[in-house]
Amino acid sequence: MLPTRPRDADELAAIIAEAARVGTTLEIIGGGSKRALGRPVKASRVLDLSALAGITLYEPEELVLRAQAGTTRAAIEQTLSAHGQMLAFEPPDLGPLFGHSPGLDTIGGIVAANLSGPRRMKAGAARDHILGIAAVNGLGERFKSGGRVMKNVTGYDLSKLLTGSFGTLAAIAELTLKVLPSPETVTTLVLHGLGDPQATTAMTAALRSSHEVSGAAHLPTRASSRAALGTNSATILRLEGFARSVKARAEALAAELAGFGAAESVSDGASRVLWRQVRDMASLIDKDSPLWRVSTAPTCGHRLAAAVGPDDVFYDWGGGLVWLALGGREADAGAARLRAALAPLGGHATLIRAPAEMRARVPVFEPQPLALAALSARVKRSFDPKNVLNPRRIYAET
Amino acid sequence: MLTLPAPDAAILARRSEIASALATIVPDGVIADDRALVAYESDGLTAYRQAPMIVVLPRSTEEVSRVLAYCTREQVRLVPRGAGTSLSGGALGLADAVTIGLARMNRILEIDLDNRCVVAQPGVTNLAISHAVRGSGFYYAPDPSSQIACTIGGNVAENSGGVHCLKYGLTANNLLGIELVLPGGEIIRLGGKHLDAEGYDLLGLVTGSEGMLGIVTEVTVRVLKAPTAARALLMGFASSEAAGAAVGAVIGAGIIPAGMEMMDGKAIAAAEAFVSAGYPSDAEALLIVELDGPPEEVDELSSRVAEIARQVGATSVKASRDDAERARFWAGRKAAFPAAGRLAPDYYCMDGTIPRHRLPLVLARIRELSAHYRLEVANVFHAGDGNLHPLILYDANAPGELVRAEEFGADILRLCVEVGGCLTGEHGVGVEKRDLMPVMFNATDLAVQQRLKCAFDPDGRMNPGKVFPTLHRCAEEGRVHVHHGQTRRPDLPRF
Ligand SMILES: Cc1cc2nc3c(=O)[nH]c(=O)nc-3n(C[C@H](O)[C@H](O)[C@H](O)COP(=O)(O)OP(=O)(O)OC[C@H]3O[C@@H](n4cnc5c(N)ncnc54)[C@H](O)[C@@H]3O)c2cc1C
Repeated sequence: MLPTRPRDADELAAIIAEAARVGTTLEIIGGGSKRALGRPVKASRVLDLSALAGITLYEPEELVLRAQAGTTRAAIEQTLSAHGQMLAFEPPDLGPLFGHSPGLDTIGGIVAANLSGPRRMKAGAARDHILGIAAVNGLGERFKSGGRVMKNVTGYDLSKLLTGSFGTLAAIAELTLKVLPSPETVTTLVLHGLGDPQATTAMTAALRSSHEVSGAAHLPTRASSRAALGTNSATILRLEGFARSVKARAEALAAELAGFGAAESVSDGASRVLWRQVRDMASLIDKDSPLWRVSTAPTCGHRLAAAVGPDDVFYDWGGGLVWLALGGREADAGAARLRAALAPLGGHATLIRAPAEMRARVPVFEPQPLALAALSARVKRSFDPKNVLNPRRIYAET
Repeated sequence: MLTLPAPDAAILARRSEIASALATIVPDGVIADDRALVAYESDGLTAYRQAPMIVVLPRSTEEVSRVLAYCTREQVRLVPRGAGTSLSGGALGLADAVTIGLARMNRILEIDLDNRCVVAQPGVTNLAISHAVRGSGFYYAPDPSSQIACTIGGNVAENSGGVHCLKYGLTANNLLGIELVLPGGEIIRLGGKHLDAEGYDLLGLVTGSEGMLGIVTEVTVRVLKAPTAARALLMGFASSEAAGAAVGAVIGAGIIPAGMEMMDGKAIAAAEAFVSAGYPSDAEALLIVELDGPPEEVDELSSRVAEIARQVGATSVKASRDDAERARFWAGRKAAFPAAGRLAPDYYCMDGTIPRHRLPLVLARIRELSAHYRLEVANVFHAGDGNLHPLILYDANAPGELVRAEEFGADILRLCVEVGGCLTGEHGVGVEKRDLMPVMFNATDLAVQQRLKCAFDPDGRMNPGKVFPTLHRCAEEGRVHVHHGQTRRPDLPRF
């Protein structure tokens, strides 16, 4: 069946209202780059939002940009960079991970998945940069939340709630984002040859310093060689900002970390390439096994990896974001033992890439305790009582 | 005038029975004596007073959970309360409700600097968190002016900010996790020491929800290493327009200062008379810009900012030479509220946010309104993020002045929305701006929010009468019908 492709928010609302009335379901897509992320959606129709495209407001001095949900990342980044600005949460482009070409992703999809890159630790997640949202719920009702200003506590923050909801609560029509100046200079310090625990100690020391580290990743040997950082492991620390400040901080940080070995520094241009690889991650990790993404307390990441013995692994967010290739020969992709090992440490494990058959069987997202699961189901019902939008994309029950 | 949900006579009649039942759950923690309840009859918005039926002061999550379960069983309404500094009446009592005060849950539970976080009970004050980690050079970034008194639980409920939130964010951006007791008594945890818990961002939703979705019984917040250097620039301008232009130019140049505060002539004069901060007396507008980071960065950015300010016509530019002087520059701004209190017997603090470039228009209209209502106003402004705090000066004892002040305030907030802003940047809607919600939201917008409340609180017992201009009964599937922009429940009370 041909996808239905609304040209404006009114058409979008009409399509959803009709689906709710006749009892059909809709799979929402933007650029389609992340369709393979989450539980496989079985819906009557595909609702393609790519025609809802275009930047509708951009005021660099006010740090605000508004765009329709189907606007591509490429379009937004191009507009921002012409004014020396950026999306500070550094959203990863997962297209290549799922076998698509880069740059397909739309801002609506990025926000619906709450995707945030290495700078997350310092600058916040996608959800921290959404000022306002206009959307259509599962009854076909158009509503808005927030606005265009930096501070706003008027009513519930539905912008945050919709961020990361994978289109299961509402179809996002338009978004207003906080944007920030891009750093003038970027530099990276590389420590070579540290084991995972030692690397975590080094990253922790860096993040406990006052040097405003904006990226802290550890690439064990395989990831390190894929990033062309040599045959030893590489622990990489990013410093960004005004040239003089970056230079001063890099020198001070290297001195403070001298006990971990001599830090090599990576130039501005090479740093940008390197952190893009860390951000998009596809080129740094094993392609064959199922891929897991774990968020835990930064000091716990390496302990988790040691407990499960992955086929391949690397760490971002100072050790708190762990990418693991795991369970290639296990029926549940290692889900049970990974989640059992994670439970005492705290956090969640997401099965990012696996065959559809497996994602239908194995909980893709961390199963929730009973009271929370019941609450989530009630929240879903309050927006989409007929279960029209992306049915069961997050949890089998909703 | 303010109307609150009508008290339920059947509940009022059972007051002593309810108090004794609560006392079995929280021994030594129940107040039901009319004289003692006076202490809980208002919050920071002192124009409104209503003593609660009973106050209960639990010491643990378990006690909170049992109190909530009891109140659900008995259909008793609840009002959460931290330190009672809300400026929007969020913690205002209800005649037939139990106010649940969290101030006794005031322990810091864990300091984990390797993971850069602190775990605390909700009654810990904002400043106590910074103090707990100060010895290691860390601090908690959101710094409301009320930080010595307000609780972290209250901060979560209001998504409070401070003068440093342009660079470091509001409460929401510094909160990693909470433990929440739902109205029925179930205990859930959202987030933790890890980032970006998956599933719905209920943590983000609860932040700023004004005590209407549950009781926060524990928080995990991110703490930051203090910058090695900081400097404040004090800059005078001949007009608010010029000062506003400077703010835009600084941000346009790619600089995000740690703080950027503006005061108008009236606020400058009041502050100067109060604390002698050394503010230029001839300036019509004053800008305090704080830069922090390594000394090299502070040096460089302060000269860039000073240069920009001169280009747009600053009449004076002064950089703090040491921390004592920096504190002096800030003293006037921090004392702006009490200083306004010297200009008139009472003042009413507004909290709208506007797109920054609309400042000249908004200030001009505020001047017109000031003449119209015959009330003076002093403006302080979190200029970097467009959050405006006009302080309306009045005398509550002068007949009609309070009503005029309120009408003046409402007009300012309507103006903020009209130019693309919002009703409240950080103080919350509470009872104060409740009836203005339709200025910003249409019936569907409000219905969507109220259905969501039903998902948490199907009986509508948590802090009723706050935020929403109508009470709302939760239908099957949490649905309210909206027809031609009207909710189909004319039977429900409108305040
Ligand atoms: C002089 C002064 C200056 C101020 N300056 C600022 C400022 O700079 N920035 C700013 O943002 N605010 C400011 N405020 C407002 C106020 O201090 C904040 O809103 C603060 O967060 C309220 O905290 P509290 O503990 O006093 O909460 P309360 O006033 O007791 O309650 C506030 C709201 O939170 C709810 N609540 C409280 N605790 C909990 C809990 N544990 N769980 C669920 N709900 C709860 C209450 O029901 C109520 O709705 C100022 C207030 C004053 C009086």
